[in-house]
Amino acid sequence: MNYKFDFDAVAANWDYLLEGAWLTVQLSLGAMIIGLAVAILCALGKTSGPKPVRWVINAYIEVIRNTPFLVQIFLIFFGLPTMGIRLSPDIAALIAMVVNVGAYATEIIRAGIESIQKGQIEAGLALGLRPLQVFRYIVLKPALRTVYPALTSQFILLMLSSSVVSAISADELTSVANNIQSQTFRSFEIYIVVTAIYLCLALMFSALFAGIYRLAFAYDTDRR
Amino acid sequence: MIRSFGYNEFLFLLSAVQWTLALSAIAFIGGATVGLFVALGRTSTIKPIRLFSTGYILLFQGTPLLMQLFLVFFGATVMGIDLNPWAAAALGLTLNASAFLGEIWRGCIQAVPRGQWEAASALGLRYPGLMRYVVLPQAVKVAVPPTVGFLVQLIKSTSLASIIGFTELTRAGQIVNNATFQPFLVFGIVAAIYFALCWPLSLLSARLEQRYAAPGR
Repeated sequence: MNYKFDFDAVAANWDYLLEGAWLTVQLSLGAMIIGLAVAILCALGKTSGPKPVRWVINAYIEVIRNTPFLVQIFLIFFGLPTMGIRLSPDIAALIAMVVNVGAYATEIIRAGIESIQKGQIEAGLALGLRPLQVFRYIVLKPALRTVYPALTSQFILLMLSSSVVSAISADELTSVANNIQSQTFRSFEIYIVVTAIYLCLALMFSALFAGIYRLAFAYDTDRR
Repeated sequence: MIRSFGYNEFLFLLSAVQWTLALSAIAFIGGATVGLFVALGRTSTIKPIRLFSTGYILLFQGTPLLMQLFLVFFGATVMGIDLNPWAAAALGLTLNASAFLGEIWRGCIQAVPRGQWEAASALGLRYPGLMRYVVLPQAVKVAVPPTVGFLVQLIKSTSLASIIGFTELTRAGQIVNNATFQPFLVFGIVAAIYFALCWPLSLLSARLEQRYAAPGR
């Protein structure tokens, strides 16, 4: 092996890489927040909506979960403009991520809603709490506690899969790496550094989420 | 001159499915072989082996699959090996699948009650026999539904091979779209083909899970 490693290309473009990483974080957080709103609506529709609504939501979930993210991106980025809706790559990437994570999160939220035992709600009502109070003091926290681990790992999966949106040249980390690569031809050095950045982001977020879990949900819930 | 989407274009897409399936099959078989050792390493009583397997899983689950494919593809060149996109995609997906299957199967091995291990070693079985005759046969039962579920994820993952230039279903879709410029139709059909491959597996996985979760297992 007589290849000489040369990380100058990485060092010279460090700011540019950090900007890309920041956009990756922004895209992922934005998609997660909007996706959660979509998921809560869909989960409510799926558990208590009329039959046609439930059917549509089920179809949405199954279609998204059984097709590749890359094809979903292509459908949105190349397909929508033929209907007269022009999108910048960043917006198309955001929409694709929202649509994708919304389907996965719906199932997680639904499991959270169903994890609350009917008896607890009835007990709250019997004690004279109004429905909103029941929701606020009895349902909300245990439901959040149930969905929290799954949702946070879904967020990390989303952030890692966001590298795929480089296929339509959004300005996130992987696209930045592709750009530097095509100017400097130092592909291996650049991709290994970018992989390390993704790993750091993933580890940082999982440490952060674990910390929040310990602060917010550290109570004993043994049902005996 | 723009071609319109016709029977030939559809056949081209269908014939690309074989490459998606071939890539999935290779990655699954390779990933299962390596993944078994990852799972055994992850549940090993020897600390360095356990740490190594844990690190291996963390590395592959904590970085994007696309980056892993790029690193295999460009890394081979660095080492002086000329790897074509097909081999790079197969190798990258195999490594990735081995980490995910290793982690899934770790859980299945640990789901076998401790008493079974103790009873087997009390009967004089050493590690290979203990695993072969007592633990793994029981772990396999638990492992089937999530493994089928992972197969869906793997088939979808093979679409990323298109980015490093391997002509499977998604790449074929791009080629047809570039010639016909009917993106909704072309990628709609591509998505429908993926759906036809993945949905039955998803249903099967859910049904198996229900059957094995039945009381009195």
